[in-house]
Amino acid sequence: MTEYQEDQYLDCKGLSCPLPILKTKKIMDTMNTGELLKMVSTDPGAINDMQAFTRRTGHELLESISEGGDYIFFVRKT
Amino acid sequence: MSETDNQRKRMALIASKGTLDWAYPPFILASTAAAMDMEVGIFFTFYGLTLLKKKLDAKVAPHTNPAMPMKMPFGPAGFQNIEWPMPNIIMGNVPGFETMATSLMKKTFKNKGVATIEELRDICIESNVKLIGCQMTMDVFGFSKDDFIEGIDVAGAATFLEFAAESDIQLFI
Repeated sequence: MTEYQEDQYLDCKGLSCPLPILKTKKIMDTMNTGELLKMVSTDPGAINDMQAFTRRTGHELLESISEGGDYIFFVRKT
Repeated sequence: MSETDNQRKRMALIASKGTLDWAYPPFILASTAAAMDMEVGIFFTFYGLTLLKKKLDAKVAPHTNPAMPMKMPFGPAGFQNIEWPMPNIIMGNVPGFETMATSLMKKTFKNKGVATIEELRDICIESNVKLIGCQMTMDVFGFSKDDFIEGIDVAGAATFLEFAAESDIQLFI
């Protein structure tokens, strides 16, 4: 696993659809281009949702990792 | 806005129902579509218009929803998994059943980390989702603009249909 140094960390554990995506969008709006977000969710639907979200918005989904019950996403703002 | 507006997807929703369970789909779809950079407009008509009231008071009606799974949102795990068979004669005749069912549903959603309708509506407003109240419904049910939250438009069918005709996604809820 590549080591990332995130600029922002968003904890969405325990939140259900669509909150992980909505909160990701909100925090990314405050970030500068090129900055990296680390988001953690416990919602299995977030895997597909984050792919759809990044495809639609053009942000870069660098990696998505499954660890225990957690789903970790690294997204770069473009 | 940006010069790529002609490539931006647009979604038109009609929200015609005002119970708690039916309040979720339009606000979830709209907030998520807005998060995905789509332009969204929701036309609130008939009972859906109550979703624009300043104080949201949406209830759930179990006796008209035979497919609703009745599980208790408290107690040990085994207990929470029981689906309670609820005969219509109880659901339709016990006073306060609807209020109790609404409380239980809200508790269930809170346990599972689901946003409240108020939160979702606020996110829609922040994300510039167009909220449009149906003029005719307002007249028929005797609502005034003061009953509703700030920032809504009021329009008729033709106005909304023009918006919907230029949309990529059109849904009736």
